[in-house]
Amino acid sequence: MKFAIALFSPPHSPASRRALRFTEAVLAAGHEVVRLFFYQDGVHSASANIVAPQDETDTAREWQALVAAHQLDGVVCIAAALRRGVLNAEEAARYSREATNLAGGWTLSGLGQLHEAAQLADRLVCFGGD
Amino acid sequence: MAKSMLIISRRAPGSGPSAREALDIALAGGAFDLPLAMLFMDDGIYQLTPDQAPHHIQQKDLSANLQALPLFGVEDLFACAYSLQERGLDTSHLALPAQPLDDEALRALIARHDLVVTL
Repeated sequence: MKFAIALFSPPHSPASRRALRFTEAVLAAGHEVVRLFFYQDGVHSASANIVAPQDETDTAREWQALVAAHQLDGVVCIAAALRRGVLNAEEAARYSREATNLAGGWTLSGLGQLHEAAQLADRLVCFGGD
Repeated sequence: MAKSMLIISRRAPGSGPSAREALDIALAGGAFDLPLAMLFMDDGIYQLTPDQAPHHIQQKDLSANLQALPLFGVEDLFACAYSLQERGLDTSHLALPAQPLDDEALRALIARHDLVVTL
C-alpha cells in the first residue's frame, strides 16, 4: 500500500514521535511511502540545528536518517518553513538571512506537494495535536 | 477521479497561524481543481464571524482569503452546529454562507470524503 505521511506538530511533541515510528513501521512492513510532508510546526523537524539532550530521543536527527536510508521524498512546506525560520541556502540568500538550517535530504516546496501526495497515495495519514 | 478532501479548521483566527494554514491547504487544492470542502468547528467557528479587527493584535485579516474560497472552487463550507451553539452563535452571525451540521450530519460529511485533514 502507498502512504503519504503529513506531520503538523513540533519535533518535541508525542505526535512527532508517533509519526516517526509509524513511518518506520510502514516501511518495515514493505509498504511504500510516496512522500513525507512537514507542515505547520512540523517544519521544525527538518531543522539541522536541534540539539537534543544526550538521554533524549533526537527525532529530527532520526527523521533525517530515515529519509537518507530509504531515499524518501521529504518535503517541507516553504511558506510554513519561512515563517518559522527553517531556511535552505537559496531562501536565506533570497531574504538576506545569515543562517541556513534545513537539514540535508529535505526539499522546500509548496502545498501542491501535499495534495499531489494525497492523490497518489492509498492513505494520507496526518499527525497533529499533542 | 480525484479524491475529495475535507479540511477541518478548529482554531480561532487570532490564535496563531493554524487558521491561515488550514485555509492555505484549501486554496492550494482549489487551484488544482480538487474537490474540497471546509468544516469549521470548535473555535474555528470564529473565523466566520464578521467585523473582526485583527489589526488590534497586529494580525492579518483572514476575511478576504475566506471570501476567496468560492473563487478557488471551494464552495462547500460547513459549520459545526454544536460549536455555534456552544458559543451563542447561529448562522445569522456568520459572514460566510456555511451550512450548519448536527453531529449526525458531521459524521456523514466526514464519511463521504476520501481524505480528512484537521488543523
